[in-house]
Amino acid sequence: MIKKYRFNKEHLVRAILTVFALSSLLFLFLIFIFILFEGLPLFLKIGLNKIILGFKWAPTKDSFGIFPMVVSSFLVTFGALVIGAPLGLSCAIYLSEYSGKKTKMFLKPALELLAGIPSVVYGFLGVIYIVPLVRNYLGGSGFSLLSTSIVLGVMILPTIISISFDAIVSVPKTYREGSFAMGATKWQTIYKVIIPSAKSGILASFILGMGRAIGETMAVIMIAGNALKIPTSILDPLRTLTGNIALELAYATGDHRLSLFSTGVVLLVIIMILNYIANFGIKRKVLK
Amino acid sequence: MRVNPRFIDKIVKLGLNAQAFFTVGILIVIVATICFKGFPYINFEFVFSSPEDMGRRGGIFPSIIGTILLVMLSILLATPLGVGTAIYLTEYTKESRFTKIIRFGVESLAGIPSILYGLFGFIFFVIKLKMGWSLLAGVLTITIMILPTIIRTSEEAIKSVPRNLRLVSYSLSATKWETVTKVVIPSAAPGILTGVMLSIGRAVGETAAVIFTMGSSLRFPASLMDSGRTMAVHFYILAREGISMEKAYATSLILVLSILLVNIIAYYIMNRVISKYS
Amino acid sequence: MEIKIQIEKLKISFGNIEVLKGVSINVYKNRITGFMGPAGSGKSTLISAVNRMIDYEENVKIEGKIYIDDIDVINDDIEGVSLRRQIGTVFAVPIPLPRSVYDNIAYGPRLKGITEKSKLDIIVEDSLKKAFLWGEMKDRLNISALKLSGGQQQRLCLARSLALKPEIILLDEPCSGLDPISTAKIEDALSGLKNEYTIILVSNNTKQIARISDYSAFFYMGEMIEYGTTEKIFTNPSEKRTEDYLSGKFG
Ligand SMILES: Nc1ncnc2c1ncn2[C@@H]1O[C@H](COP(=O)(O)OP(=O)(O)O)[C@@H](O)[C@H]1O
Ligand SMILES: [Mg+2]
Repeated sequence: MIKKYRFNKEHLVRAILTVFALSSLLFLFLIFIFILFEGLPLFLKIGLNKIILGFKWAPTKDSFGIFPMVVSSFLVTFGALVIGAPLGLSCAIYLSEYSGKKTKMFLKPALELLAGIPSVVYGFLGVIYIVPLVRNYLGGSGFSLLSTSIVLGVMILPTIISISFDAIVSVPKTYREGSFAMGATKWQTIYKVIIPSAKSGILASFILGMGRAIGETMAVIMIAGNALKIPTSILDPLRTLTGNIALELAYATGDHRLSLFSTGVVLLVIIMILNYIANFGIKRKVLK
Repeated sequence: MRVNPRFIDKIVKLGLNAQAFFTVGILIVIVATICFKGFPYINFEFVFSSPEDMGRRGGIFPSIIGTILLVMLSILLATPLGVGTAIYLTEYTKESRFTKIIRFGVESLAGIPSILYGLFGFIFFVIKLKMGWSLLAGVLTITIMILPTIIRTSEEAIKSVPRNLRLVSYSLSATKWETVTKVVIPSAAPGILTGVMLSIGRAVGETAAVIFTMGSSLRFPASLMDSGRTMAVHFYILAREGISMEKAYATSLILVLSILLVNIIAYYIMNRVISKYS
Repeated sequence: MEIKIQIEKLKISFGNIEVLKGVSINVYKNRITGFMGPAGSGKSTLISAVNRMIDYEENVKIEGKIYIDDIDVINDDIEGVSLRRQIGTVFAVPIPLPRSVYDNIAYGPRLKGITEKSKLDIIVEDSLKKAFLWGEMKDRLNISALKLSGGQQQRLCLARSLALKPEIILLDEPCSGLDPISTAKIEDALSGLKNEYTIILVSNNTKQIARISDYSAFFYMGEMIEYGTTEKIFTNPSEKRTEDYLSGKFG
């Protein structure tokens, strides 16, 4: 005879797993709440303008202007992109279109390792190699926009390579074959067919690379020189938003500490916008 | 003047080759520098003794222990949480608005830079929850930071388990949870492990999120409430404050070697999976 | 004769497409009942309703009743898992779990809470014997099930469902991918099993149905066209479509 058994544990398991899944949302929520909660009051007290567009940073004397840092953050990010994007894209093209199986077996883990090297190590090697190079051949102290851009450019390579590689690989084979059939050379095919088809993925890789560069901290404070003004040449030192937080958080108190959270709020907003564009704005276009 | 397209093709190929090897060259320079400069200063004493005079002399043993404690405990928390979330997303629910929101949360967490994790951990765990600079605050912060990596890699791994295996398990009267624990997780284990190894690598090298939560005390963290120093933080302080170049190189070598080891293990596991399924 | 499964006006749709259009049939205890019909006629769907594996499909709508003994497994409050403790299923493609032969067979019993080695040993041996696989496997119980041949794998799957000690066994085209020798072994095993079990055998191989089933049903486009003793269906079908199908005019 058929009998009825009960499996009550299942409901408990489901409940627990639901809580687990919700925990990510909870953490995100907490991060937002606590950074905003600490960072917003100063915006209200001092004024959004005076902070974001203010030029003077003297937090112990009630000047909280972070405009130079906002500009600097964008400058190093842009600089990193100028160096990392072409190099990364060429590597991705090389990996997908030119390299043999053996080279790939060797290159991919090498790139993963490059991604795994801690940012402090990048910063340190930047100080050892890049900073003196810039100082000796181009002038200035060497702690500069240029040095920082070079190091960040290398640091974002793995991100750019892996994501644009995925985009290029997912271009249908028939596109390539069609182009070859019309007598195009390999490079013409890549340039006229593959890159345009993989455009949105490649763009996403650049934007995610930007997100990485703008959020990078330890390497930057070791190389950037951390000066409190807008750099007027690529050899000038500069201070980024992330650097500002990391340099002063350990000892800041009162409004000074709050102002570092205000800096964090600005950074968070920029990062969320970049992530949103990379994850949703672009992916959606790919789907259509 | 018209240039022959075949000629351009050759030039491009050459250029791309050069760029790829340039990239590998960077890696080689990094690893070689650290190896050659760090190797002479590494000995038994350096690994197994405590630092003296801010790290100018002595070894890095407490920071090795600090790193291991921080990483182990974070992994211990993040793995069940992350794998559980991945199981929920793949096995226990259909794609819906709810799963989209959770995925959005995970993606967003993954995009947040470590300095903001540091800022959050500092204000929430260290200050508001009054943990002070402590191992516990560090562990909780790092747990949240590596969670998205574990969720995403586990989800990929779980999705690649053939549906047929699940159906067979159900047909043999397994419940969902029994199927998950006896069939899905064992089959996905190598992929999950790879994600865990990647997270370990990330946690070992992390500085910004650690220094403001766990602090940088040079002593052994004897309890969860003690501050401590990881190798990455120790290296940062040595290098940035110019305390000792020799010790900085030696520390960075140990740091990079341990990350290299973790990466090799992850790669080995991944290759075994690929060869198993192909 | 005792009825084990009584299906009444069963309608099943996936989305808007109705794939079973009101099927009624009685399956008798301790007999082999053969379901035949061209591909797409709804045989697998019917079987998956009986063991409620259909719960794992999406957009399904079910109407009607399936009584097993006196429980309506569609409408009564019974969990699919509970049902499958008592119904063994063998699929068309053999799907061994990636573990040893022994552990494949012990999978079901362990889920029921049997952990004692001695008890499991007996179940494994008994199930393998019933599936005509013991001779080949008795010294190789610890090798991976993935290493077996296709025919051995399918008998392993049969043994695995027997290990649940079910009352009913459902086989969905179990021999479709097998060579004649393996097919013969499965058929021999099934004939030996019917004294203890109620068996439904779905097959597109009409000769196989004729060889081993006691009752036969012919399905076509979501309807059951004809049902009766195998002898009656094969020698003197009342429906033209059954006759056409059996003579190989379509299917
Ligand atoms: N999961 C499903 N979703 C949608 N349609 C399905 C699904 N399973 C089966 N069908 C459809 O139901 C019909 C009957 O299929 P099936 O029961 O497999 O037939 P048979 O086993 O007799 O070949 C077919 O037309 C098939 O396409
Ligand atoms: Mg079928």
